[in-house]
Amino acid sequence: MTIGAIYLNDDEIKNHVLVPKHEILNAKDKDAVLKKYNITVEQLPKILKEDAAIKSFGVKTGDVVKITRKSVTAGISTYFRTVI
Amino acid sequence: MVMIDKIKFKLLSPKMVQKMSAVLITTSEVYDADAYPVEGGVMDTRMGVIDPGIRCKTCGGRSGECQGHFGHIELAKPVYNILYLKQIKTMLTYTCNDCGGLLVDKDKIKDDKTLNKLTVPKTCPVCNEPVEKIKFERPMSFKRGNHVITAEEAREHFEKISDEDCDSLGFKGGRPEWMILTIFPVPSITTRPSITLTSGERSEDDLTHKLVDIVRINQRLLNNLEIGAPEFILDDLWELLQYHVATYFNNEMTGVPPARHRSGRQLKTLSQRLKSKDGRFRNNLTGKRVNFSARTVVSPDPMISVNEVGIPEKIASELTIPIRGTKDNLDYLKACILRGPNAKGGANYVIRPDGLKKKIIDMNKEYIMNEFAEGYILEKHISDGDIVLFNRQPSLHKMSLMAHRVKVLPYKTFRLNLTVCTPYNADFDGDEMNLHVPQTAEARAEAEQLMLVEQNIRSPRFGGPIIGGVQDFISGGYLITREGTTISKELASQLLFKVGVVVVLKKEIYTGKELMSFILPKGLDIEYQANICKKCDVCKKEKCMHDAYVKIVDGEFISGVIDQKAISPFKGKILDKIDLEFGHSVAVLFLERITRLATEYLMYRGFTISVSEEDVPQSVKDAISEFVDVHFVKVYALIDEFNKGKIEVQPGLTPEETLEGLILSELFEVVNKSQNLIAKEAKDNDAQIMAKTGARGSIQNLTFMAGIIGPETVQGHRIFRGYKDRTLPHYKRGDLSAEAHGFVKSCYKTGLSPTEFFFEAMKGREGIMDSSLKTRISGYMQRRLVNALQDILVSKDNSARDSIGRIVQFVAGEDGIDPSKSDGGKLIKI
Repeated sequence: MTIGAIYLNDDEIKNHVLVPKHEILNAKDKDAVLKKYNITVEQLPKILKEDAAIKSFGVKTGDVVKITRKSVTAGISTYFRTVI
Repeated sequence: MVMIDKIKFKLLSPKMVQKMSAVLITTSEVYDADAYPVEGGVMDTRMGVIDPGIRCKTCGGRSGECQGHFGHIELAKPVYNILYLKQIKTMLTYTCNDCGGLLVDKDKIKDDKTLNKLTVPKTCPVCNEPVEKIKFERPMSFKRGNHVITAEEAREHFEKISDEDCDSLGFKGGRPEWMILTIFPVPSITTRPSITLTSGERSEDDLTHKLVDIVRINQRLLNNLEIGAPEFILDDLWELLQYHVATYFNNEMTGVPPARHRSGRQLKTLSQRLKSKDGRFRNNLTGKRVNFSARTVVSPDPMISVNEVGIPEKIASELTIPIRGTKDNLDYLKACILRGPNAKGGANYVIRPDGLKKKIIDMNKEYIMNEFAEGYILEKHISDGDIVLFNRQPSLHKMSLMAHRVKVLPYKTFRLNLTVCTPYNADFDGDEMNLHVPQTAEARAEAEQLMLVEQNIRSPRFGGPIIGGVQDFISGGYLITREGTTISKELASQLLFKVGVVVVLKKEIYTGKELMSFILPKGLDIEYQANICKKCDVCKKEKCMHDAYVKIVDGEFISGVIDQKAISPFKGKILDKIDLEFGHSVAVLFLERITRLATEYLMYRGFTISVSEEDVPQSVKDAISEFVDVHFVKVYALIDEFNKGKIEVQPGLTPEETLEGLILSELFEVVNKSQNLIAKEAKDNDAQIMAKTGARGSIQNLTFMAGIIGPETVQGHRIFRGYKDRTLPHYKRGDLSAEAHGFVKSCYKTGLSPTEFFFEAMKGREGIMDSSLKTRISGYMQRRLVNALQDILVSKDNSARDSIGRIVQFVAGEDGIDPSKSDGGKLIKI
């Protein structure tokens, strides 16, 4: 038996059933999120710049990613992460 | 907010030790002939005070004000600090003994791992002198070739190393030569207080003993050095000094005999003070002993309220609540004082406004009562109605610690209502529980609002009741409400009196359902299939022939019975609905009433089981042995097919596995058929009632007792372990039949054959191993999880945040619903 890895290209990753929807927030939306929760960027959950789901977006440190995913309790939930 | 940027841990330099020191220790004598601490001894008073009334010679503070001062010992010869042996080895290995230069390429060093992989060259790249390999010799010496490196030599070596080289070797926090002790810091007396025993004898702390040893050997070594003693004597003493200093830091090193007390007990030195379960961290900082608490055995009392806890008089007169005298409560408090410290509802102490605390005894209670005035604080015994916290370990969820109202009772056990056994996971086979008394009004109010039992009916785990009727309450409820129960007016009035319902009884004969209607709240409407439901194809609803369809309209019990699905924890639908629609206090009242009604009726009727409950008619026995025969034939057919190689192999399985799966399901079919038969045929006796209402036991238990046990399995497979190709010598090798691999045809009542008994024991052992292993592993898993998550809380904007405000979830639980305030995790419909 051989053991190997399957490599997906950016599109395949983006459309994979297990990968929720990732979007980069523009400056206005980012400020709105920070203001809504009365927090600084440091208090947001983090995501790596090299994360496969956002690598192709060309993000930079400090950006905020909005993630929309399925939730067992709420149906759909949104989540924000800051890029490090 | 002040943020701590960083904390830096550094080595203590000899200079620093000298600077911190208040006294130089020079003598191993501790006390002189007058039992006074010797100056320059390890108990020198300049190192702090522990006795009250005496002032510190160094800072002038009293005991409690002066936190103690270090002393120091000047060691005759340097010794290794054994806590840094690893780092010492690194420094010796990677630097040159002659010039102190770095032996390896500093650009190649990234961390300890890459450092260890680098090879040390044969000659020093800086001064070209030959380099020899360093070997660590257990327990605490180093060798260069055959030469033992003394601490003195190592110190000289380290002094030559430049700061830059230290840095590139990852050495932080000072100079490497500080890892070798020359000036030894002596901790203050407050760190190692001596205890005066009742006999007047002084008992010194273990650290003091160890320090005396160090000073004594140091002094001997010093004298021998002065008189120019022979080398071997000096070496012996030096080694002894090293041993004492090593055990002072850690008395549990491998290869070093632990230093012992005169009595033979191992000394508890620095490492032992901090380490493990009995160390400072886990014993004194994470977990502490508390005042105003009590612990004793628990026992049941169905007559006290769900919200109450019965407290023995002895405990109630020991635990107190401070209450400030005001013009409104003065008479009440004075009455408490007059009852004295030993009576129920008395008081133990009075605190005057100037802070003086007076003990109330029977001799002075009148005097204290007359003195008592507004502004005085009375430490009053806890009495009926006070709020206390009640807890049973292991505290696995928030319902393990709930607030109860006090009820002072005679005898010596805590009494609790049986419905709260489930959240505490308590039984009465000797369980003990803890009780805590909140001391301030705020704490009591908080406990009452958030932690009272009735506030915790709904579990945050699944949004249903976790408190409810168990065992006899369910059997009792069923027996009252089932079809055919008639209750005379006399009995009805008695039962209702015990329950605490006041009604005018107009009829001569009541049915159980009518009686139950008296305790259901008006306005309650509910319909559901009870636990005894037979799951017919078409449900006839309230016309159900088994009376299994519960229908309650406006608090009138129309049809069905009370059983597990009505009032039990986790499943009780009536209880759940009352709690949702009428509130916690109505739910508690209903629960108290229905449980009392059930117990009272059970006591009137009688409820018992005996061996004869497990009798089944001969026809059932015959039917079961026929099941066995039929399925055994099928098993033999399968084996035959397998031997001929004609078996249809299931995907992903070997032929053997396929056969096993088929045989096992064939054999379980025997048990299933027997179980259904027994459920249908058996008489309506008390054992059956318990099983079908869900009060205790199951039809499977009854089948095992009266019918057949069936195949024994270990790890989900038939039994194959034992001898070569067979389980026991009673069978032929390679026999695949049911009997040869643990099929038990008997039941517990007829008794098992020796071979069957053996297989049964194998299964039983697995069960015991399983439960003990599972609880241990899952318990530790949960502990780690709780420790990781315990500081996360839901903030005002509904987001889950950690202790410094970092967001973990933007909406707690993603839906923002508190399950303990929900209907099974869904929003409550209003």
